[in-house]
Amino acid sequence: MPRWGMVIDLDKCTGCGACVAACKQENNVAYNTPEEAERGRTLSWINIMTEVEGEYPHLRVRYLPLPCMHCDNPPCIKVCPVRATYKADNGIVAQIYPRCIGCRYCMAACPYTVKDFNWFEPQWDPEIKKTTNPDVSLRPKGVVEKCTFCHHRLIKAREQAALEGREMLEEEYQPACVETCPANAMFFGDLDDPNSIVARLSRSPRAFRLMEDLGTEPKVYYLSEGEKII
Amino acid sequence: MGYDPDEILYKPIEKPSPVFWYTVAGLLVIIGWALFMYVRQLYLGLGVTGMNQPVSWGFYIVNFVFFIGISHAGTLISAILRLSKAEWRRPITRMAEVITAIVLAIGGLHPIIDLGRPDRLLNIFRTGRLQSPLLWDVTSITAYFTASTVYLYIPLIPDIAILRDRGAKPQWLYKFLSWGYQGTERQKHVLERAMNILMVMVIPIAVSVHTVISYIFSMTLQPGWHSTIFGPYFVVGAIFSGIAALLIVMIAFRKVFHFEAYLKEVHFRYLGNLLLIMSLLWFYFTFSEYLTGYFGHEPFEMRVFFYKFSGKYAPYYWGMVMCNFVIPVLILSFKKTKRIPGILIAAIAVTIGMWLERLIIVVPSLANTRLPYPTGIYVPSLVEWSLLIGAVSVFVLGFVLFSRFFPLISVWEIKEGRETSVKEVSERLESYLPDTESVRY
Repeated sequence: MPRWGMVIDLDKCTGCGACVAACKQENNVAYNTPEEAERGRTLSWINIMTEVEGEYPHLRVRYLPLPCMHCDNPPCIKVCPVRATYKADNGIVAQIYPRCIGCRYCMAACPYTVKDFNWFEPQWDPEIKKTTNPDVSLRPKGVVEKCTFCHHRLIKAREQAALEGREMLEEEYQPACVETCPANAMFFGDLDDPNSIVARLSRSPRAFRLMEDLGTEPKVYYLSEGEKII
Repeated sequence: MGYDPDEILYKPIEKPSPVFWYTVAGLLVIIGWALFMYVRQLYLGLGVTGMNQPVSWGFYIVNFVFFIGISHAGTLISAILRLSKAEWRRPITRMAEVITAIVLAIGGLHPIIDLGRPDRLLNIFRTGRLQSPLLWDVTSITAYFTASTVYLYIPLIPDIAILRDRGAKPQWLYKFLSWGYQGTERQKHVLERAMNILMVMVIPIAVSVHTVISYIFSMTLQPGWHSTIFGPYFVVGAIFSGIAALLIVMIAFRKVFHFEAYLKEVHFRYLGNLLLIMSLLWFYFTFSEYLTGYFGHEPFEMRVFFYKFSGKYAPYYWGMVMCNFVIPVLILSFKKTKRIPGILIAAIAVTIGMWLERLIIVVPSLANTRLPYPTGIYVPSLVEWSLLIGAVSVFVLGFVLFSRFFPLISVWEIKEGRETSVKEVSERLESYLPDTESVRY
């Protein structure tokens, strides 16, 4: 069984936001008004954290794309009262929308704050509503949602491979954000396959994970920024 | 039936004043408004509240912890006083037990108000995970509610029988609820047995309830929540706020129903002592909790710490310290101020202070996330305020309705005290004294 994971190279990330846009399109993530966004009601399965260091004119901006960490030891699934969030055998932390009772305990327990709640009935621009992705279910109001590593793409790739009577290739399953990244900063694959690119990058001396000390064992690795000599 | 010295205790039931109806009507209007706000929230979604990301819990969870905390007034205090044979308990126990039953029902509803999908509530039975602290809560609160309503009802049976025999209306209600109690020796014996078993049972259940509520927070990894002393800290806070609520209720009904002859200065002084002890104990726990947090100086812990000490929540934090420690200790330490008006001020202060404490525990830990996220903001909306006022109104309404049909002071226990306990207590006291025969010279 593969253990799906992601590597994000912060040296390459330009903070362009293409991953965020691709994710929203791919996963039918609801839109929101600017006023509601201001109040912290934005739904976004991948966020770009921005940190500004120093003072003008010696500024340095850091970007950190933040999807769900798909922890191997997820604090969110431990607290769910109805098993609406669980870790699948392939390591993906999944969410069952029709079962979620909306208590938001998982949101409170997640140290990475990557879970979103549908505060209202989700809304889309009428034009965009026509083009929602049929592979991903639309969520009702009152449930929690989050990044699934585009799990539906895995199902699709697996079925395609089964149809053709062959093993599925690792490259056939890529989440939308990874596929889109114009800077080639994101990688996806099987962490347990020692030859895969993610496994090799995760062993790099630049590799780190967020809040490793918490013991959550995230499956999203970052490659730290090195010195840049211009 | 001859002259009954406790005539005044039946008065609210047999000759209710018109004020009763005005009060009920007024409360129903407020509750109706709160209900309307809740239905609106159901229809539109939880977005109508002030909650957001990262502050995904707000007033509802605060009120949940607060109300369940108040419930410790009752059953626990009444059970401990009964067990320790404190004779001054007699006019107090009933009110304490009523508080528990009403407030538990209110508190237990709050997590449901907080749900995004209350229609799927039954999933906790269908696909429930007993590993989740929320399920522990469901279990212990149900157990506590069951035990404490039974514990309210059993000592009420003789009083219902008295009312039935006096011909109080509606007769069918008292006939049904008294279960044919006639006060025979055997019945008395069974009643006492049942009460003894219940009061022993209720104490561990009550302790478990608030411990488990604290586990909701302390079982997560969040800074400010992940603390080992949260269990006892919550239990102490719960008993503390419970005594305060009991004092407010006692003073209010003493005034309204003219119970001055029953609820004497001494009762308030004794409960005031208890409140003072709990205030000191509360301070001890708060001090330990924050000092360990500060001394470790873990960066995320410190963000939450300073958010409370000098940041946005400083007014609430120091307000809490004022209300829970400074005011009650100052008032209750001096004989001059330890009178009913002073005790009332202290009790109100503690109730507000304990509510603030719950707010300070829930919101700051959520607002200060570990990631370099902008610090969360939480401003409760009109809906949340309405539901808070609605919940308080339900509490008052519950009390007013109870007092309309049942005596707020246990009549039979007062009579028992007057008729048999004086002798019993002096005998008991004598048995405490050293035996003269066994003293050898």
